[in-house]
Amino acid sequence: MAEYSPTELMICIAARLMKEARTAFIGTGIPMLAAALAKKLYNPDLIAIFEFGGIGASLEDLPRAVGEARTFYRAMVATGICDVMETAQRGLIEYGFLGGAQIDPYGNLNTTVIGPHDKPKVRLPGSGGANDVGSLCWRTIAIMKHEKKRFVEKVDFITTPGYLDGPGARERAGLPAGTGPYRVVTDLALLGYDEETKRMMLLATHPGVTVEKVLENTGFELIIPRRVAQNEPPSADELRVLRTEVDPERLYI
Amino acid sequence: MINNMEIIESGQKELLQPPDVEEFRRWMRENKSPALRDKVMDEHEAVKRFIKDGDYIGVELYGTVRCPMSIIREIVRQGKKHLRLAGQGLLEIDFLVAAGLVDAMDITYVGYEVLGLSNILRRAAESGRVKLVEWSNAAMAWRFKAAAMGVPFIPVRSMLGTDTLKYSSAKVVKDPFTGIHVTLLPALILDVGIIHVHRADKYGNAQIDGISGFAFEMARASKRLIISTEELISTEEIQRYPERTIIPWFLVDAVVVAPFGSHPGEMCYCYERDQEHLLEFLKAAETEETTQQYLQKYVYGPKNHQEYLDLIGRDRLEALKRANKGR
Repeated sequence: MAEYSPTELMICIAARLMKEARTAFIGTGIPMLAAALAKKLYNPDLIAIFEFGGIGASLEDLPRAVGEARTFYRAMVATGICDVMETAQRGLIEYGFLGGAQIDPYGNLNTTVIGPHDKPKVRLPGSGGANDVGSLCWRTIAIMKHEKKRFVEKVDFITTPGYLDGPGARERAGLPAGTGPYRVVTDLALLGYDEETKRMMLLATHPGVTVEKVLENTGFELIIPRRVAQNEPPSADELRVLRTEVDPERLYI
Repeated sequence: MINNMEIIESGQKELLQPPDVEEFRRWMRENKSPALRDKVMDEHEAVKRFIKDGDYIGVELYGTVRCPMSIIREIVRQGKKHLRLAGQGLLEIDFLVAAGLVDAMDITYVGYEVLGLSNILRRAAESGRVKLVEWSNAAMAWRFKAAAMGVPFIPVRSMLGTDTLKYSSAKVVKDPFTGIHVTLLPALILDVGIIHVHRADKYGNAQIDGISGFAFEMARASKRLIISTEELISTEEIQRYPERTIIPWFLVDAVVVAPFGSHPGEMCYCYERDQEHLLEFLKAAETEETTQQYLQKYVYGPKNHQEYLDLIGRDRLEALKRANKGR
């Protein structure tokens, strides 16, 4: 079996989630690589959408920022942020990718502050487009490093809505019906959400990772179903395309 | 039938720039002229004439992408104080904060994407030096849109249920037509908007290539508007493609010709971002002392944009141009 890094594995798992996707709102970093890999290997028709206006870029060259020219190189459309966000608000964007410093069992994400807002221990960048993606796309996929300090019972600040405090909370708050967190991709596992309680649930562990290891690195009670699947390691094909076509400059991997 | 618009929740932070749409109309009538005046001037004059201490300013697009960096450096040189900012950006925000010119910010994102957090923002926020009010990225763009429409607020479906809303100055109401909860965003009328474009004529008619970010909305949400442009073109050229004028002359107060005006950021189809310089800045930003050394060398040092470009070096700038893939 080929050697691969945890980042490469996360990219491949995220790319596989986009096999069926038609539209995906892409943020900086791993989502860009996953979208490019999915487009080259699984789903050439995937429309990648970037918040400052790029829609349907070729992703020939890997973007380093959500507003740069590579997000609309040979694209179908170069528009602006209002148009993109309103497209999401009208229900036209299926998947949205998110990251964060902290996530809780309901998939709420923090990218604003660690500690109190007005006297933070660490000031993070803020919402950016994350709150909009988490509010307006149909299904959101979070990509995170799996650590106890990141997977917490309560995030210090809800920057981006997950299921808030449980079933029905999104709708009660006024968020569009039928939207919400769908998957979490980490360096240890693939996770989803329990239909009934809207709490995070383990779906599959990565090669060589035990359920115990996932639990050790999760700071809240994680739902473990009777059957936990095993994720396939990156295939030779995935690694080759990722290394030679998606990110030959090794900007990220 | 709902007869009153019940307020469900109010963001607890201060509204930094309360919109006054009546005053905005009067301002437009008195200050925006359709007269064809030559508005070309340098950075020094534009900043001196149109930016005042205490102003609320907004900058488009952001740090590494089509950003009016030559104007930002001039604001730092002139030391305009007690500024309030629409906080969406990278080094354009960081320069102003590091120079101690910013009191408060409506923040959505200040950071460097994959390159990490802003250490300048961290020092300012963690010491409590700059007051921060939270918003989402769409929310900020929509607040400009509301101002551009000339209305005091706009209803949207972002920010609901989150601390982003709680630490903003938005409100949640029950919509009187459908009964659903919506976020009301207050219009954001800027004292000064600053936008970098690909081309403009001397009156201020401006064209942008590629994505338009939030230039359309911000230009229309600004009381005073400074345009910097890579290239000055003739009005005849503007008139050949009137559909390409994203910013009309009557909104514009100053036209500053600034080739490589987005450096160290990119300008799509023209030049690439200067990654090496960006990394040099980020390294400097790690400590207060080296940040000030960076500002000394690259901002206070050069007297104007031309001297800055000379400092960066012609060869390097040409290389950034050559590296661009075009269309």
